[in-house]
Order: sequence, then C-alpha cells, then structure tokens
Amino acid sequence: MSARERTSPLTPGGYAICFAGIVWREALRFFSQKGRFLSALVRPLVWLFIFAAGLRSVLGVSIIPPYETYVLYEVYVTPGLVAMIQLFNGLQSSLSMVYDREVGAMRILLVSPFPRWFLLLAKLIAGVFVSILQVYAFLFVAYLWEVEPPMIGYLTLLPVLVLTGLMLGAMGLLLSSLFRQLENFASVMNFVIFPMFFASSALYPLWRIQESSPLLYEICRLNPFTYVVEAIRFALYGQFHGSSLAIVASVAAAFLILSLFAYNPSKGLIARRGAPAMAD
Amino acid sequence: MTKPALRIDGLSHSFGSRKALDRVSLTVPAGSFTALLGLNGAGKTTLFSLVTRLYDSTSGTIQVFGFDVRRDSPAALSRMGIVFQARTLDLDLSVRQSLMYHAALHGIGGSRARARTAYVLEQFGLADRLHDKVRNLSGGQMRRLEIARALIHDPALLLLDEPTIGLDVEARQGLIREVRRLAAEEGNGVLWATHLLDEISTTDRLVVLHKGRILAEGSVPEVLAQAQAPDIQAAFLKLVEATGRSAAEKEAAE
Repeated sequence: MSARERTSPLTPGGYAICFAGIVWREALRFFSQKGRFLSALVRPLVWLFIFAAGLRSVLGVSIIPPYETYVLYEVYVTPGLVAMIQLFNGLQSSLSMVYDREVGAMRILLVSPFPRWFLLLAKLIAGVFVSILQVYAFLFVAYLWEVEPPMIGYLTLLPVLVLTGLMLGAMGLLLSSLFRQLENFASVMNFVIFPMFFASSALYPLWRIQESSPLLYEICRLNPFTYVVEAIRFALYGQFHGSSLAIVASVAAAFLILSLFAYNPSKGLIARRGAPAMAD
Repeated sequence: MTKPALRIDGLSHSFGSRKALDRVSLTVPAGSFTALLGLNGAGKTTLFSLVTRLYDSTSGTIQVFGFDVRRDSPAALSRMGIVFQARTLDLDLSVRQSLMYHAALHGIGGSRARARTAYVLEQFGLADRLHDKVRNLSGGQMRRLEIARALIHDPALLLLDEPTIGLDVEARQGLIREVRRLAAEEGNGVLWATHLLDEISTTDRLVVLHKGRILAEGSVPEVLAQAQAPDIQAAFLKLVEATGRSAAEKEAAE
C-alpha cells in the first residue's frame, strides 16, 4: 500500500477504529495505574465509612424526594460521593491532558487526521467510561455497607452518569486548555474541586443549607455540581429529575463548545500562546 | 510533474508581539532528505507546529503533496509522519500498544495495523521488544520507536524535529542512516531539523533558518556557492553574519 494513493481515513470504519483506540488507551492507562484506581475508590469510601458514619447520629435526613422514608446519612451522601468520583475523574483526566501536552503525547493525538472536535470528544468519552467503572465499583462496596438503592436504580443511573461525566469532563477539558504547566493546574484543582463539592447538595440537603445560610443556599443553587448530584440521586432511585438533567446538559454543552474553541488550531487559546515547549 | 512532499509559501507567525517566523518559504521534494539548519530559537519547532497544524499560521500557505494543511488537513495530515523534538511516547504502554494506538489514530486497525506494526518494528530493529514497556527502552530505542510510530500509517512525508537530541554518537549515526535510507529507497520526503552541522551531508538539500527567516535554500553545493564559503559551517556563519549586518544597517538607516 502506498500513502500517496491512499484513500481518506475519514470513513465510518476509520472513525470507529480511532474512537476505539482512544478509549482503549485510556482504559489501558487506567488499569496500569493501580494506585489511581485505588485512590479513586478509597476517597469516597473514606467519606462513606468515616465521615458519613460519624455524622449519622448528628444529621438525620427528613423525607425528601426521591426518598420515601427517612434515610440514613450514608444513604443521603452516596449520590454526592458518586458525583465526587466523577468530579475527581474529570479533573484527573484533564490533569493528564495537561501532562500529555507537557510531555508531548497530546500532540500525537492532535496531529491525527481526524477532526479535532472528534478527537477531544473521544478522549472525553474515554474519561467518562473510566469514571463509570469507578462509580460502579464504589456502589458495589457501598451496597455491602447497606446502601441499597433499588436494583432498577443501577440501570437508570447509567445514562445519567454519561451525561454528568460529560459535563465534568468537559469542564476539565476547558480548564486544561487554560493552563500550560502541570504545577499551575494542580493548584487549580483545589480551587475547583473543594468549593464545587462543599457548596452543593452533596453533603447536606439544600433546605438545611437555606436554614443556616441563605447566601450559601443561593451559591449552591448556582453551582452546576448541585444539579449533577441531584440528577444522580434521583436516577439511583429509578427516577429522572428533568430540571437537573436539563441544567447538566446545558452546562455540558457550554463547557464542550468553549473547550473545543480553546483547542481550535486557528482561534483557540493554544493558537494564541503556543503550546508548551513549542516556541523554538 | 510530481508535487513536492512539502511546500511552504510566505509563512509568518507571531506569539503576541514576538515574530517567530517571517515570510518563510521552502520546498521538500518527494524522495529528498532536506536538512533544516538553525540555532536554538531559530523557529524550527514553531515551523513544525504549523506544518502539523497544532495551531494555524498568521499568514502564508503550507501544502503537503498539494493538499493545503488548513483547508484539507485530513488529506495533508494522513500523508505525514512526525517525530517531535520532545519525546512524545506514553511510557506506560508497551511497544506494541504504542504502535497500535497510533495506527488507530490514523483509522488503521485489525490485521492491517498488526502487519504494519510488525513491518516497522522489523525495519527499526525493535521486533524483539514488541511486548516491552516503553519505559524500559534505551534513549536510542525510544527514538527509533518514535520514527517507527511515525511510519505506521505509511506516510510519504517524514518530519523530524531535532530527533538526535540526547543520543550518543553511534545512535545518532544509525538514526540518520536509517532515515536517509527511507528517503533514498522508499521515496519519503524528509525534513530533518537540526542545529548540528555534522548531521548534514553534501548530498542533502539544505535550508538555513535564522531568527524566523530563511537565509538560504538549495543543494549543499548551491548554498556554499551562495555564501561563497568552503564548508557548511563557514557558510552558516557568513549567512548569519550577513543577516546581522544588514539588520544593523537597516536599524541605523531608520
């Protein structure tokens, strides 16, 4: 075969191979980094086993949808921890993008003949796939800890996880385009993850927050992570929470469009500044 | 007539107020080994980034076998293989996984990807390292793997940005020999960026880039004649000196 007479790789089969290759590489990296898998699992479990168990006696959660009875604090906090896994994973995969850009592996991805939007979307979906594996591993352990949502919930959760994972992954993608160096980005993670997580309904119901601080309540309502948590909470109990899903989908689309713009070779931020170690 | 492997016309690019490339024009004919000679900071890496469309130029055109990199980037990118100056290997993957991943990025999978993997590894003497982790390869083997990877989709244009950095003398010579063979026997157009004069042979084509501008282009004898110098080093110094002089004269006139 000669490259000079080759047909375009941009066929449906070519797209499928490229997509599968990107997902495969992310999965390989994930499974080869056992520490990453363990820390992704241990982090929410520490919250569940220690933090939630400790607060169980202090914080009772009244009957609020989707719960039909009073629930233990561990049960309440589980959807928030699922969202936390995806939040960390979204940021982790964007961290790896900054690293890839710094060491150059990102360049190899971006010089593929496939459109850049497709490459970035494939990488994003690969990250979502990895985060879903982590979520179900966590839910399995949580089940043994007597956090037992209805079986149908595990099924209805899946499409919602894809959507919420896309939103958080796209946010990470956008952030990764803003930072040239790993060190800068690592510090940013603290400014993003913790405020997003704590100023949401992940740990406390919104009505409780409203009672203690109306200002914090408004911040929580403006925080898209709140809607990620609520979409997951309802899905885990076999219900779809329309408004949360709509907000998550809109924010995901906005982050995605902005990040594709940022990575656009002629208009984006990288075009204006040059990628790291490229300005010889 | 065969279209050149790479043709660049009037290419300029700036990062903010700093002009990295200024009206650069050059040609890499198919089947030629073209050395792009320039000091650190000459603009070689920026040029490579623009040719590979990591970002777009401010002005000018880049064509790969007649395909415009901006307007028809899939056709252009699928015809080029790239080895960047900084190492771009994923150390956690095996040699085979690295190549299969790269083949997938070019839409090549299954038996064809496996066949190309076996072929390029054989070409670069890495067939026995198929299942080894990339991190366990030596520096020279990593570079050979990067070139093998750049060839996995059988490109007709090969771009190498200072590929011998960090290699010992023997590894450097072996690498240059292999790439020259690709140009001579397989007909690949090769653009080899370097700042090392001993990597340039008198049979190569030579492009001299300095501070973002092309100072000379042609066969090595043509460049020597243009600079009226006996060897490449003297020619390079004369060309750079002449540029500095004319810039100073221009500044004084202004």
